[in-house]
Amino acid sequence: MGLYQYEISDIKKTARIDRLIANLFAKMPEIESARARLITESYKQTENEPIIMRRAKAFAHILENIPIIIRDDELVVGSSTIAPRGCQTYPEFSYEWLEAEFDTVAGRSADPFYISEEAKREIKEADSYWKGKTTSELATSYMEPETLIAMEHNMFTPGNYFYNGVGHVTVQYEKVLAIGYEGIRAEAEKRLAECDFGDGDYARKARFLQAVIISCDAVIAYARRYAKLAKEMAAECKDAARRAELLQIGANCEKVPAKGAESFYEACQSFWFVQQLLQLESSGHSISPGRFDQYMYPYYEADRKKGTLSKEFAQELIDCIWVKLNDLNKCRDAASAEGFAGYSLFQNLIAGGQNGDGVDVTNDLSFMTIQASMHVQLPQPSFSVRVWNGTPHEFLVKAAELTRTGVGLPAYYNDEVIIPALVNRGLTLKDAREYNIIGCVEPQKAGKTEGWHDAAFFNMCRPMELVFSQGRDKGVQVGVVTKPVEEMKDFEEFYGAYKEQMNYMIKLLVNADNAIDVAHAERCPLPFLSCMVDDCMERGLSVQEGGAVYNFTGPQGFGVANMADALYAVKTLVFDEHKATLKEFKEALATNYGKGLTKEMVQDMTTQIATSLKEAGQEIGEKEIAAIMKTVIETSEMPSVKENGERLLKLIDQVPKFGNDIPEVDAFARDVAYTYTRPLQEYRNPRGGIFQAGLYPVSANVPLGAQTGATPDGRLAGTPVADGVSPSAGKDVNGPTAAANSVARLDHYIASNGTLFNQKFHPSALSGKEGLEKFVALIRAYFDQKGSHMQFNVVSRETLLDAQKNPEKYKHLVVRVAGYSALFTTLSRSLQDDIINRTEQGFGA
Amino acid sequence: MEAYRQTKGRIFDIQKFSIHDGDGIRTIVFLKGCVLRCRWCCNPESQEYPIQTMVVAGEEKIIGRDVTVDEVMKTVEQDRPYYYRSGGGLTLSGGESLCQPEFARDLLRAAKEDGINTAMESMGCAKYEVIESILPYLDHYLLDIKHMNPAKHKEFTGRSNELMLENARKIAGSGQTRLSIRIPVIPTFNDSEEEIRAIARFSKELHNVEKIHLLPYHRLGQDKYDGLGREYLMKDIVPPKAEHMEMLKRAAESESGLVCQIGG
Repeated sequence: MGLYQYEISDIKKTARIDRLIANLFAKMPEIESARARLITESYKQTENEPIIMRRAKAFAHILENIPIIIRDDELVVGSSTIAPRGCQTYPEFSYEWLEAEFDTVAGRSADPFYISEEAKREIKEADSYWKGKTTSELATSYMEPETLIAMEHNMFTPGNYFYNGVGHVTVQYEKVLAIGYEGIRAEAEKRLAECDFGDGDYARKARFLQAVIISCDAVIAYARRYAKLAKEMAAECKDAARRAELLQIGANCEKVPAKGAESFYEACQSFWFVQQLLQLESSGHSISPGRFDQYMYPYYEADRKKGTLSKEFAQELIDCIWVKLNDLNKCRDAASAEGFAGYSLFQNLIAGGQNGDGVDVTNDLSFMTIQASMHVQLPQPSFSVRVWNGTPHEFLVKAAELTRTGVGLPAYYNDEVIIPALVNRGLTLKDAREYNIIGCVEPQKAGKTEGWHDAAFFNMCRPMELVFSQGRDKGVQVGVVTKPVEEMKDFEEFYGAYKEQMNYMIKLLVNADNAIDVAHAERCPLPFLSCMVDDCMERGLSVQEGGAVYNFTGPQGFGVANMADALYAVKTLVFDEHKATLKEFKEALATNYGKGLTKEMVQDMTTQIATSLKEAGQEIGEKEIAAIMKTVIETSEMPSVKENGERLLKLIDQVPKFGNDIPEVDAFARDVAYTYTRPLQEYRNPRGGIFQAGLYPVSANVPLGAQTGATPDGRLAGTPVADGVSPSAGKDVNGPTAAANSVARLDHYIASNGTLFNQKFHPSALSGKEGLEKFVALIRAYFDQKGSHMQFNVVSRETLLDAQKNPEKYKHLVVRVAGYSALFTTLSRSLQDDIINRTEQGFGA
Repeated sequence: MEAYRQTKGRIFDIQKFSIHDGDGIRTIVFLKGCVLRCRWCCNPESQEYPIQTMVVAGEEKIIGRDVTVDEVMKTVEQDRPYYYRSGGGLTLSGGESLCQPEFARDLLRAAKEDGINTAMESMGCAKYEVIESILPYLDHYLLDIKHMNPAKHKEFTGRSNELMLENARKIAGSGQTRLSIRIPVIPTFNDSEEEIRAIARFSKELHNVEKIHLLPYHRLGQDKYDGLGREYLMKDIVPPKAEHMEMLKRAAESESGLVCQIGG
């Protein structure tokens, strides 16, 4: 790319990194009790103080007393738990779920945690203080009854912030690196001195600034505890090399993050304390390092020019940070753990892209961050790269090499969509150009934004169920009373009813989110976080109270593909071709297309019928309930029901589906996505910002799909809902380019909280330099068409084995071996085995 | 619409995102009908021109449909952004595309007119006049050469190789298209070092060859023989080992002085 020459050489991973990883993953993660105990102690002593002061004092009390450890081989230190990958608990947000799950948390399938009896006892004791004092309890009391009912019926799920801290932020790391917390403290002091007792906002502002000062002091003191520990360990260390390392660690922690960093190593240590302690303050996930390659680069460049830093050591330090990002952990309730499976903290770190002036600023560190992810092969950081027309080709090829390893990283983001999308939401062009990604796919401007990016899961399939039940679910009126489907005369009426149910649920979702938002502002403002986000210091307000420059709430919808296919099938079969009636659809959906009812479905329908009979004035006792249940089961097994289901499924199968590059169907999907994205953006949040939609499910499309009945796209009850904006599994049969063309036809600009598009590949599709080039071309071409995000699962041997077992899940899986490609599931068993045996050979061939 | 865009032909598949058959990301159009009957053929449904029924995954499927050039181009056009970014385009395959000379020519012509790069996988088994009519519209000829020995060629493919070799010389001599030689490496047929060297030597003598591709035999077409109710004569043959392919690659390289690669 002309002017800049990258110094790209692959640096080998050191043995230290392997040892750090082995140590980290040696045991099941553990829940520790120190934080719960310490925060409770502090809160008991500050009962009558302003909440912001209570938070700061509790933070300081925790940092002063929580046990610390320097793990073997570490070069960058700071651990929130003694056990590797352990987690603390945060009773100020919620606690009941953990107590309820004390005995099952170690044995559950998604993200198990060990917890000792001693820790259980301490946590339980601490929790007894928190009854009635948590954010979740306050949030509940701010919600309307209709909202609570809708949540109880899984219409949407704001569980993330309901039970936890918010996280989802990128702070001004560069500020800490430059002036340290002494510098930030001095700024707070200066502002405090400028305040006048007579100012209208004095009371809150003064306490906020004092809370910042307490927090800065606490962090400086915490780092010095590490300095002292390192020196003590050095004194006892017999290994001269390790002793020298410990002395260096001691010197680093003495200096940073109190003062500005003066070397790359100091910058790494300073960065780490920020990252670790943000997590310890609030329990939020998706606290994202953002543009690490940008704010770290000046320190790297200076050291390299001075000749004081080798590339090898710089790489080792970056690798150490990558490992440390996996040391932080969080225990969620069992249901949420399934929605965010994989112990993931979603610490998104992004490389490449433009600066505020629109100049590409990919640098050597950008390449080294890719290398680090190749070295550690761990889920954290959630590694991303920014792509635009000016992205150096060799950078994308290097990123593709990482994709080829099958680790599922990086995710690719399109500047050409995200920058205008953010400008449309009110960011300045300069700020928009400097965006990074939070969590999964959510863009924001670091250090200026409280984006509330992961505000709720909104399942777009549930309002469709309400259309067929006139708004009733399990016998309760949850949605709007719309016309019985049997009486609908045209498609507009049907679609109109869906929109009506959607609009109502969106309003309740807003009510839920805003209630939780207020609760966080009132009970858990975060002074430490806020001192690194503009304009909190200027305004004297925490981010939770609206101190940030940009404020958003971004709940994520999913199921676009299902609803596009469903509505298109109804339009085609019922109203255009008259091959089926809505009455037939209603019966088929209620009986799961004659494919059998789960116990839960039988119970739901029985409740539904019993309730309507009761309302009609009938006496319903246990005997009647049993009779209804029997009828429900018998009806669902009637031959006519099975026939109707079978016939409809066949008809639906023949209707064109989203994901196959059929312009008419894709245009329809675009409109269906608007039923979520457009009404939502009309709402405001209590911090003075607006709502903006995302279209992505994290991994919740599976557990929330399990709570969703059959849908008119032929999807059976309880099966997963489509993943992100991707086509429904198995419905895209024309290959990756056709699927990408369809997905690009959605409006990615309006879904400014992010869209997620997953593709699966066989490794041989990326084999050799040529394979990488073609892969890069695929990304570029999708982005030319204004898709916003793309990520890839390179199909592993395990996946192929699973595809053998569950072919229906993998109908679209194309395998390409030596110049030939085939749909994997259509091949005979022996040939599948052949391919499985060759899969691993595809790499780099 | 120009008349040539209404030329009709018979295809049995269109496959997008093909990345092993020519430069970049390509769309392959498979034309139905072939002059040869290679025993290892992985697309046996391509061989007969008549429309057939084949059992695929337990269900009967009609193989073959008649389409116009324009209809095909509508599909080819859909992936233009990918051709643009990757240097890809349209590839004709088969069967032997030259069995439908007008259709093949007009498809390639339409693609060129529309600014889409063209390639063709073919054995060159037709009168040279047919090939000559196509060359102005063809950017890259992916020419199959299976064996240098006429008798053995005839035994395994049903036809001798003289015409094809003669055409290879003429295509190379025309200078009108890029030329790559593709050699399917089939155990028991041509997988000895000597046999591969002979083809490499011939390729060198053609002068204009850009690259040699060694395509290792695979069994992925086996199910289709069952689906067509035909016997698969190669079922005891095992795909060549990676080390063997590497050895053949080195041999072909040293013999021809050309760049060789394993796979498309």
